[in-house]
This record gives sequence, structure tokens and C-alpha cells, in this order.
Amino acid sequence: MMTPSTHVAAAPPAAAQPGTSRSVRPAGAGRARTTRRVRSASLNAFGIVIALLTLFPLFWMISTAFKPSQEIYSLTPSLIPAHPTFGNFRAVISGQVSGIGSVWLFFRNSLAVTLATVLVASLVSLLASVAVARFRFRLRASFLVMLLIVQMIPAQALIIALFLDFERLNLLQNLLGLIIVYSAQALPVSIWMLRNFVATIPKELEEAAAIDGATGFRIFWRILFPLVAPGLVATSIFAFITAYNEFIVALTFLGQAHSDYTLPIYVTYFFGRGGAQWGPIMAASTMYTIPVIIFFLIVRRRLVGGLTAGAVKG
Amino acid sequence: MAGISGQAHAVLPAGLPDGLPGGGKAGRAFRAGAFIRRHKLAPYLLLTPALVGIALVLLWPLVQVVIFSFQNYGIPQITGVAPTQWVGLANFTSTFKDSEFWLSLRNTVMLAIVVVPATLVAGTIVGLLLNRLGKKMAAFVSTAALMAWATPPISAAVLFYWLVNPDGGVVDWTLSKLPHWLVGSNNWAQYNWTTTGAFQAYVVIAVLVVWQAFPFIAVSVLAGLKTIPTELLEAARVDGASPWRVFWKITYPMLKPIFLVLLLLSVIWDFNIFGQSYIITGFPGNQNEYNLSLYLYDKAFASLPPSYGLGGAIALIFALILLVITVGYVRSSVRQGALA
Repeated sequence: MMTPSTHVAAAPPAAAQPGTSRSVRPAGAGRARTTRRVRSASLNAFGIVIALLTLFPLFWMISTAFKPSQEIYSLTPSLIPAHPTFGNFRAVISGQVSGIGSVWLFFRNSLAVTLATVLVASLVSLLASVAVARFRFRLRASFLVMLLIVQMIPAQALIIALFLDFERLNLLQNLLGLIIVYSAQALPVSIWMLRNFVATIPKELEEAAAIDGATGFRIFWRILFPLVAPGLVATSIFAFITAYNEFIVALTFLGQAHSDYTLPIYVTYFFGRGGAQWGPIMAASTMYTIPVIIFFLIVRRRLVGGLTAGAVKG
Repeated sequence: MAGISGQAHAVLPAGLPDGLPGGGKAGRAFRAGAFIRRHKLAPYLLLTPALVGIALVLLWPLVQVVIFSFQNYGIPQITGVAPTQWVGLANFTSTFKDSEFWLSLRNTVMLAIVVVPATLVAGTIVGLLLNRLGKKMAAFVSTAALMAWATPPISAAVLFYWLVNPDGGVVDWTLSKLPHWLVGSNNWAQYNWTTTGAFQAYVVIAVLVVWQAFPFIAVSVLAGLKTIPTELLEAARVDGASPWRVFWKITYPMLKPIFLVLLLLSVIWDFNIFGQSYIITGFPGNQNEYNLSLYLYDKAFASLPPSYGLGGAIALIFALILLVITVGYVRSSVRQGALA
């Protein structure tokens, strides 16, 4: 891994020359320029090493997913499949290896739970964030502190009571129970994030609309909602990740209800069955992972902005 | 005022159907609106759905867990075969007497002690690097980091289990091919990372957690770095300060609030690890590899008979540990003016 990285770093010196802004030095400073070039080349090499090390596990997952089994268990593993095959994916889609159904079924379950959570959590947290950002009322500060503390309660601490309560409500072995829990779990952070977005909208807009005779609902729907949309995107991303990745509640609630499994529970079940089906397991993991990576790449700018706004600045 | 209302019109999409609801309905809506306004009910109405959700799914279960922890609650009590009894602190004393509890606490704390600084250092280094790299290179490195960050924890855990698998795993193969002086003279071929002992399993978990968590730190540090005026850093560099000195004298003090929040968040996250350790330790296989979460889960659901009282006591101890850390987090948030 060492050779290609240093090679690539040395090859394009054009990319390693971001020094246009700094090139106001006198023309005679040749040595300074050389050290600068060496420094930026070594920075680039370091960057490439980090990027490749970071990417390697994911690369290996995909590579394994496309290997036939004699290559997977070969004594000298190859980086790239010599005889790439869709066999592992076919096995996962037909459901014959996991024995509990096609991967599409679990994909659909995960998608349904995730989208419903995003919808419910966004709507409810928008209402609450308007209350917190627009009104001064008693217990407002206590409510905010409560949110901060509640968001830290680990699901592990609540899981026993949640399990018993939802069992009584007959909501254990179905997706609705998960949607309820995930939506509530996403609320504290979502409210906390959205409140900042609502607070930046000038109050005069609403007052003016009220004077013009718009009802509260109309003000909310026609003025506040479009302006707070970027914030809703940020909270939707958060709710999406929460629901798509959630493990302990789904594991506990779904039990043996195989047809209601979400993707992480399906992958865990598949993994726990043993029998060293690494090709199909990696194919299943790939199908679970790739959509969310693509999603992250699409929303990356909002992701960074939203998370830092929520987590760092508060 | 006219100017402002003009703005308001501009915000409304042009050509909206100005359809007010029918007369009677509007009248009723108006009366309800007047009632809400007179009693200043609007904020409470807006808060109701959120409060109901949080209360029923987060707060009430917490109360129940506290109650369970002082009872002998289990399957016989639920089915009504035996009465529910208050047992005082019995669940807590038996937890504290259990050597498995202390083992899992030690595993949890040791993991956090290693992983929190490792994540912060790795993330900060990558953040500083991203700040110095050219545009294309920075995009490449941050895309790679983003992908590790995006990987669902369960997927990542299964993937790392496969990487270190004794039969066909690429890590053992690489270690066995490296020169012996570099990796010790052990025979790494077919080395079993997940069942040999708690230490080996937690090495895998630590690498896995750092791999997934450093991108968030890097991105946050990078966002903080962008707020430092470049003149300040330029000036220090012109004065001949080394990068090390510049970091400790300028960058670190200016980013201290961010580092504090990141530190507390990392501690909380690493204490909460469940899915990754569930997969890597092969739950419920190796009890000496439990962390607190797995120990709790085992006592409440996996061991026979399941004891919700005992599980509740462990959950409470666990929550109290996190509460102490959280108080630190809340205080630092409040001090930064988060409630304004």
C-alpha cells in the first residue's frame, strides 16, 4: 500500500501547488519554494494514506461480495475478484441462504420505518420548536434542559420498560412500534436543531401576515414552513440516520418476527446463523450500506452544517 | 408597517387561491383562536405532541425502570403467578457483588479511556490536514471519511468481524506476511481475535469505533478552524512559530469549547456502544467480553430466568454514570449560551 500512495502523491505536482495565494514572496526565494513543495507533497501523501486506510474496509466488503466462495477462502486473498460474480447478490435476493426471505423485504421494512419516522419526527418537532423559539412561557428553559438531558438517556436503560409496555400494547412484533419509539427518540435533538432555524426568521413577517388577516395555521403553513425548510432537511437527515441504523430496540421488539425485520436485524440474524456464508453476508451488508453512503454524499453539505449547528454551537 | 406587510406578501407564493374555509367553520376557528390567544395557550398546544411522545416513550419508561430496580419483577410477577414485592436495595447489592458486573464496567471504562483520546487525536489530525490540503485532495480525503462515517454500525461491525476472521480474514493474512520483527514473532495465521480474550476483542472494537467516529471529530474541528482568522495563524508563522506551537498556543485555546463538547459526546457515545460489541463478541457467547450494555441486556433478556428488577438496577447504575457525564455536557452548553 505504501508504493502506490507515494507514487500518486509525487505524480501530480500541479495538484500539490495550492500556493497561488501565498506566492507573493520575492522571486529569489527558490529554496523556500522547494521546501514548500516538499511539505505540500508530504501532506498530500499523508492525506492519500489516510483516505486509503479509511476506504479499505468498505472496499474489502464490496470486493468480497463479488467473489466466488473459492476466492473468498483462498490462502492468498486477492484485492480485486479474479472472477467477479453476482452469485452472492442473487443468493441474498432469492433469500435461500438466510432462509428468512429476500433482502428486498427487509429493505422495504427499513425504508417504511425510516420514512415514517422522518415524517412524524419532523412535523412534531417543528411544532415544538416554534413554541420554544417564538413564545416566552413558563417552564421554557426547563423544557430545553429536559431535552438536553433526555437525549442522553441511552436506549439500553429504557429497553426493559419499553419492551414490557409495548408488549402490553401489542406493538412488539410489528413496524408501528418501531416508528413510535424512533420518532420519540429523534425529537429532542430535532427540536433543539430546528429551534435555531425558527429563531432566525424575522418575527415581523408573521406579524405582518397576522395584520393582513392570515390565521395562525396559514401563517405557519405559508410563511414559517417554507422558510424553515433547510432546518427540516437537517432534522430529517438526523431522523433518517437514527431510524435506519437503530439496533437495540428493533432487536428486542422484533424477536422471531422474521418478516418484520429491518436491515440491521436481518444482517445480524444472517451473521449469527454461522456457516461462514461470508460472500452472501457481505453482499447483504453492501446492499444495506451503499444507499446510506450515497445519501450522505448527496446531503454532505447540510450534514456538516446541521450537525455542527446542532452539536457544537448548540 | 405598510412596507413590512408588503414583504409578507412577497413571501407568499403569487397566485395562491385565496380560499378561506366556509363561513361557519371560519367562525368557529376564530373563536377557538381567540380562546387560545386570551389564555396564551399557543405554545402549550404546539408543545403537546412532542411532550406526549417524549413523556410516554422516554420519561415514563425511565420511571418504570427506577421502580423495577427496587422490586423482584420478572416473568412470574407479570403472569401473576407470584406477587410483586419491594426488595429494597437487593438488586443493587447483588449487582455490586457480581464479579461479572465489575468486569463489564472495567471493559467499558477501558474502552472509553483508549478510544476517546484516540478518536479525538485522529479526528483533530485529519481536521488540521483537511484545512491545509488543496481543494481536490481535501475533497478526496473528506469523502473517504464521510463513507466510514455513513456506514451503519451493524454493517461496520459485521464487516470488521470478517476482516479479522481466522478463516480467510485479510488482517491475519497481512500480519502473517509482514516481517516478524514488526508484528512480533507470533504466528498470526488463523489468529482468533474475537474469542481468544476480552483484550483481543476490544482491540477490534476500538479500531472499529475510531474508524467510524473520527470523521465527525474531523469535520467539527475543521468547522472550528474556519472560524479562526487566518491573519492570526499567518502572523504566528511569520514570527517563526513551529506548527506544534501554533496549535497549542492559538488553535487549541480558540477551539477549546468545541473540544470540550466533542470530548463529552465521545465519552457518552463510547459508554453507549451496544451493536458493535454485540456483533464482535458474538453475544451471548463470551461473558468476560461484556461491556455494561451487554451485561444489562444479558441480565434482562438473555439469562434464565430473565430478571427485570436486576436489569432495572443495572440500567439505573448505567444511567447515573451517564447522567454525571451529561451534567458536564449541559453545563458547558449552557455556559456557551445555548438557552438564549
